[in-house]
Amino acid sequence: MKTLLSRRYRFAASHRLHNAKFTADENRRLYGKCNNPYGHGHNYVVEVTLTGPVDAATGMIANLGELDPFVEREVVDAFDHKYLNEEVAEFQARVPTTENVAREIFRRLKPFPAAKLERVRIEETSKNSFEFSGDGPEAET
Amino acid sequence: MIRITRKVEFSAAHFYHNPSFSAEENRRVFGKCNNPRGHGHNYVLEVTVAGEPDPETGMVLDLKELKEILQREIVERMDHRHLNYEVPELAGKIPTCENIAAVIWQLLEPRIKQGKLDRVRLYESPDLFADCVADGASSNGHGATGVRA
Repeated sequence: MKTLLSRRYRFAASHRLHNAKFTADENRRLYGKCNNPYGHGHNYVVEVTLTGPVDAATGMIANLGELDPFVEREVVDAFDHKYLNEEVAEFQARVPTTENVAREIFRRLKPFPAAKLERVRIEETSKNSFEFSGDGPEAET
Repeated sequence: MIRITRKVEFSAAHFYHNPSFSAEENRRVFGKCNNPRGHGHNYVLEVTVAGEPDPETGMVLDLKELKEILQREIVERMDHRHLNYEVPELAGKIPTCENIAAVIWQLLEPRIKQGKLDRVRLYESPDLFADCVADGASSNGHGATGVRA
C-alpha cells in the first residue's frame, strides 16, 4: 500500500490557442473559438499529488507549511491573472493548451525538496481535466 | 476489471502535537493545527474496490454490503469523535490525513471479501486529500475526476 497526498490550488488566467506555423484558416479550423485573437480565460484548478514516506514524527508526507508557499511562488504567482501566451516565458514558443500547462507546472514543481512529485492534474473547467505524471518521451522537453 | 466507489462522510475533531517536540517546535511544524483545544473537519471518504463482476449477480461487491462495512468500521468509529483521544487505532500517531487514510485502509482491507480494496481517498477539505492505493495499482485520479468533496 502506498500513500499519496494531494492539494488543490487555483489561478485564473487568459490564453489563446494559436500556432504561428499554421495559416489563419488552419488555426481557426484546428482551435475553433479558442483561436479568438483577443484571447479568453479560465478558472484553473491545479491538483498537486506527492508521494513518499509518511514521517513518523509529523504524520506527514509533506508539510503544507512548506508546500503551499512553494506552489504559490512557482505557479500561482507566476500564472494568476496573467495572459499565458505573453506573460509566461515558456508559452511564447509553445501553445498554452492545458496539456502544455500541465507539463510546465510539473516541470516547475518537480524540484520540491520534501517529497516526490507524483502527478499534476489540471481542471481547465469543471468538465475537462488533464494529468501529467512526468512520464513519456515528452518528459524532458 | 471494474472499480466501484462508495462515498461516506464523517465529522471529527483533531489537533497535531508531538510530545517529543518542544512547545515551540510543535507550533513551528504544525502551525494552527497545533491548537491544543482542537478543531474539526467534515471528512469525505471514498472507498474503491476492484474486481470482476460476478456472472450471476453482475456485481463486483454488493454496494449495500460495502455501505454497511463503511458504517460499522469507519463512521461508527470516527464520526463525532475526537481522533486524538477516541480512536485507539490512531493512538500514538499524529492524526493527519495521511495517517487516518492508512488506518482506514488497515481497517477495511480484511473486511472486503469480494474484489480487492483498490483505493482509499480521504478528503479533509475539498482542497486537501490523501490516497492509499494498492501496491502496483494505478495511482491516477480515477473515481473522483472533477468531483468536489
